[in-house]
Amino acid sequence: MSRTGVFICHCGTNIAAVVDIAKVVEKAKSMPNVVYVEDNKYTCSEPGQQAIKDAIVKHKLDRIVIGSCSPRMHEPTFRKMLASTEINPYMLEIANLREQCSWVHTDREKATDKAIDLVRMAVAKVAKNHALFTSSIPVTKRALVVGGGIAGIQAALDIADAGYPVTLVEREPSLGGKMVMLDKTFPTMDCSACICTPKMVDAGQHPNITVMTSCEVEKVSGYIGNFEVTIRQKATYVDHSVCTGCGICELKCPSKVTSEFEQGMAQRRAIYKPFPQAVPAKPVIDAANCRKLNGKAKCGICQTQCPQGCINFEDEDKLITNTYGAIVIATGYELIDWKSIYGEYGGGQYPDVINGLQFERLVNASGPTEGHILRPSDGKEPKSVVIVKCVGSRDPNKGKGYCSRACCMYAAKHAHQVLEKIDNAQCYVFYIDVRTAGKAYEEFYTRTLEDGAIYVRGRVSKIYEEDGKLICKGEDTLSGQTVSVAADMVVLETAMVPAAGVEKVATLMTISRDNDNWLQEAHPKLRPVETHTAGVFLAGVCQGPKDIPDTVAQASASAAKVCGIFSKAELQTNPMISKVDIEKCSGCGDCAGICPYKAISMQDMEFIEHGKKITRRVSTVNSGLCQGCGACVAGCRPGAIDLLGFTNAQILEEVDALCL
Amino acid sequence: MKYSYYPGCSLSSTGLEYGLSTRYVAKKIGMELHEIPDWNCCGATAAHSMNHDLALALPARNLALVEKQGLGLEIAIPCAACYSRMKYAIQAARSSEKERQKIEEIIEMPYEAKNDAICLLEAFAREDAQAAVKEKIVKSLNGLKVASYYGCLLVRPAGVTQFDDNENPQSMDNLMTLIGAKPVNWAFKTECCGASHQVDAPKVARPLIYNILRNAKANGAEAIVTACPLCMMNLDMREFEFNKAKKEFDIPVYYFTELLGMAMGADPKELGMEKHFTPAVARIKEAFKRPPEEEKPIKKAKAKVEEVKEEEKPKEAIDNE
Amino acid sequence: MSVDVEKKNVDPNWEPKILSFSCNWCTYAGADLAGLNRMKYPENVRVIRVPCSGRVNPQFVLRAFQKGSDGVLVCGCHPGDCHYVTGNYFTRRRFLLMQRFLEYNGIDPRRFQARWISGAEAGKFRDTVTKVSNDIKALGPNKKFQESWYKERGESNE
Repeated sequence: MSRTGVFICHCGTNIAAVVDIAKVVEKAKSMPNVVYVEDNKYTCSEPGQQAIKDAIVKHKLDRIVIGSCSPRMHEPTFRKMLASTEINPYMLEIANLREQCSWVHTDREKATDKAIDLVRMAVAKVAKNHALFTSSIPVTKRALVVGGGIAGIQAALDIADAGYPVTLVEREPSLGGKMVMLDKTFPTMDCSACICTPKMVDAGQHPNITVMTSCEVEKVSGYIGNFEVTIRQKATYVDHSVCTGCGICELKCPSKVTSEFEQGMAQRRAIYKPFPQAVPAKPVIDAANCRKLNGKAKCGICQTQCPQGCINFEDEDKLITNTYGAIVIATGYELIDWKSIYGEYGGGQYPDVINGLQFERLVNASGPTEGHILRPSDGKEPKSVVIVKCVGSRDPNKGKGYCSRACCMYAAKHAHQVLEKIDNAQCYVFYIDVRTAGKAYEEFYTRTLEDGAIYVRGRVSKIYEEDGKLICKGEDTLSGQTVSVAADMVVLETAMVPAAGVEKVATLMTISRDNDNWLQEAHPKLRPVETHTAGVFLAGVCQGPKDIPDTVAQASASAAKVCGIFSKAELQTNPMISKVDIEKCSGCGDCAGICPYKAISMQDMEFIEHGKKITRRVSTVNSGLCQGCGACVAGCRPGAIDLLGFTNAQILEEVDALCL
Repeated sequence: MKYSYYPGCSLSSTGLEYGLSTRYVAKKIGMELHEIPDWNCCGATAAHSMNHDLALALPARNLALVEKQGLGLEIAIPCAACYSRMKYAIQAARSSEKERQKIEEIIEMPYEAKNDAICLLEAFAREDAQAAVKEKIVKSLNGLKVASYYGCLLVRPAGVTQFDDNENPQSMDNLMTLIGAKPVNWAFKTECCGASHQVDAPKVARPLIYNILRNAKANGAEAIVTACPLCMMNLDMREFEFNKAKKEFDIPVYYFTELLGMAMGADPKELGMEKHFTPAVARIKEAFKRPPEEEKPIKKAKAKVEEVKEEEKPKEAIDNE
Repeated sequence: MSVDVEKKNVDPNWEPKILSFSCNWCTYAGADLAGLNRMKYPENVRVIRVPCSGRVNPQFVLRAFQKGSDGVLVCGCHPGDCHYVTGNYFTRRRFLLMQRFLEYNGIDPRRFQARWISGAEAGKFRDTVTKVSNDIKALGPNKKFQESWYKERGESNE
């Protein structure tokens, strides 16, 4: 027989004013297994807790029920209190007499009846409680950062500086991501490369950071503290352990390809570094365009020219597996493919209609035009430039419904640069709204207006070429007039969309995505860098559009979370998880399919049945992965799985007690 | 190639030559057009700016007659406005049982929205028609530069018409290539011609026409091709009017069926081409006399594997730098 | 199909017994918020806390009806908002099957409801339980499936 103690809280007058406490106490005394009942003014207070502790000793209680406020409020408090007694912290049930009784009812008699029911329910449940123990899992103090843009670099540096080893995985041949493509950064107009490349070098040289470029995450298994990750090192055909980065191979390579880094406005070779300051500063061969590797010619010039002999045309993809304690995802974004959806802007047939990143390269001193703003079509300096904002953003009919957040500011920056770099230039900015929520942002926008940028409130409806000019037609919605601007160049500030391949990363780590494919944080307000998968964090634009300061802040936040995990040698697991009764398990595997965390796997186990040794397939729950939702329990046909803390027996007892 | 045929009012008045040329070409290529008996006006702009029910019932009566005809054919419609109205009626009846019943009540005929409507251009854009046209061509337009003008109603709203790309349609351009013309890449393919506002709001509407002509001219067009009697009338008549003030444009306007007919060897009079305001026959005759467009020999594919001699090529590569 | 209502001899002061299985993360929090806001709703709804609406075994529902409950309400997060990613999708499908099963057995489907109530929707929680309570009050006591019914009337009732 169990010995249950019941403690009813007045909560000052919060409960006592509506519920007849004396009657509840009286009724509780006759409930099954109840050996002691008392009421208390404030149970959660120090004397209230002491009273419970004393009663436990005096009446040899082995489990307790507290009738008080919501368990969401003080369950952790009382569990902590029990930890210092003989009773296991999980031998506790709370009857919600405040939020779900005294505060929502006025009829004293009915409220008291309900309170009695709620206490009876808790008493019935607690009778079936079992002591639960948190187990501890060891933590591998090594972090994986996926994505080598500014978010990934920042997260990796912060974790590495805290003293933990980090592997930084990037699928392109260099770190840097999008930020290193940019020219200047708003609102301070400091050179993007000047602040980004030192970070890249830091990451490349940090003793705690292993940079893995041309790599992609292939497989993830395990759980917080112990993720086993397989990384595919794509064949680069250059032995980076020997290569000195002298660059002779790049000069000699005969095959020219449009450069991704220069946004298609310049050429690179088939053996290449994406840009001069690349980290690592060593080339790779683009197999699709290499004449030797794609079989179009014998070539092999780079191999004959390389003084170090590091070209290896037989190079193959390698799979590297390692264990990580935590993962930061920083896969970033790309720009929406406006050409396929905006036929009215020429659908890409006019070379002088470019996107924002192309403009960044045009205006960048190390870009294809050495920083002179020149038209891609004829290399002439445009005198009249039109900037169109919200191309693909805030346009649910054609593009995306959301605001891409950074465009208002970089549109102002582009306008400023046009007016600064081109004499007698005219710059028109078509906008829906100007959103400048950030430190010193509004001032920057105002300065651009003072520079002479002409802001026209309205969307551009059509862009077409006539007599060598790009005619932009639109409406000035403030004056109600149609406007037509003859421009030499048009810059479309296009929407950010999640980087291609984000689905794969999300699936590997069981992270959910929102309707626009951005990775879903665990809570939009209070857990903005966590995901629903414990130990996996988000940094930067992969979670939603943001500018560089916000990206860096989020990256550091996720690094702090990772360091938090690494600060302990072991992690305590939640004991309220699923448990399999292998005797009952039929091995159907339904539970494994239902589990959203891939916490259940099937295993062959040996049993002795009728004196014979047999092998049967049964399911096992990984205590590190299980989050305790109980979906498997409801789905288990033989009733072999149960959820500790919310067992079938406990809930059925509650049902029975309430239906009395 | 068998269609129910709804000519619409224009084809017996301002768009007479559209009707004549359509009949001529259809007969040539063996396209059967079964005119709907007792058809009525589609309601055009007038109905739908006045009364929603009327705007659906007028075209629906014609569609109901097609069902009664029992041929089970798609309805080919030469006029873009008629086409648009029919498409709206079909969509309304298909998407709402309530609308369909209301239509039946008004037209006092059963109507189930069984048959689809297509524009005449779509009928000609289909593979079977293109193949038949190709067979009947006797003369080539020899690279005459034409600007295909679709107007707004053939391809818009995309959700209603579901025909061709609504910014840069290609079906008429393809037909023009078939008869030897050279479609120009221009930006006003689907701009509005001002429609009936050319009459009631000339100040606003005239510039629309002017801009269309100007862009066609700027892109080197020698002719404009249309598939709508109202676009045709507006462009043809107003160009003539502009030219009276200042001889600025020399771009005759044609129905695509007229050009097809001419390429099939028709006499311009058979097609009614003398009815144009801006003289149209001479340009075609002149094109027929041009030397045939040289078929540019396809550059001998450089696919031949570039053998790089391992000794020589590196030097060259170095020199390039 | 027989209808389960026998309203003839219903005590005018009769109060239905309604069980609500509420998920810890959304609906239970919504119910707590209703309390914080001092909203009022009928006393005859009792909430059983479960981690996720997907935790609710069909057996619990049957047991509730068997033991004398007049109505059962299953509440969880909105589809797509599940704290456990997919739990409430299972609830949704299971609920539809369960409701049909109960109807087949003569229990009015109005007695078994599922609702999505988030942690912020205190008002929706109040409105939902009030409506369900009123609906079930109008339906009268449930007699189907109940142990007491069999005990009183024996097998002849089948």
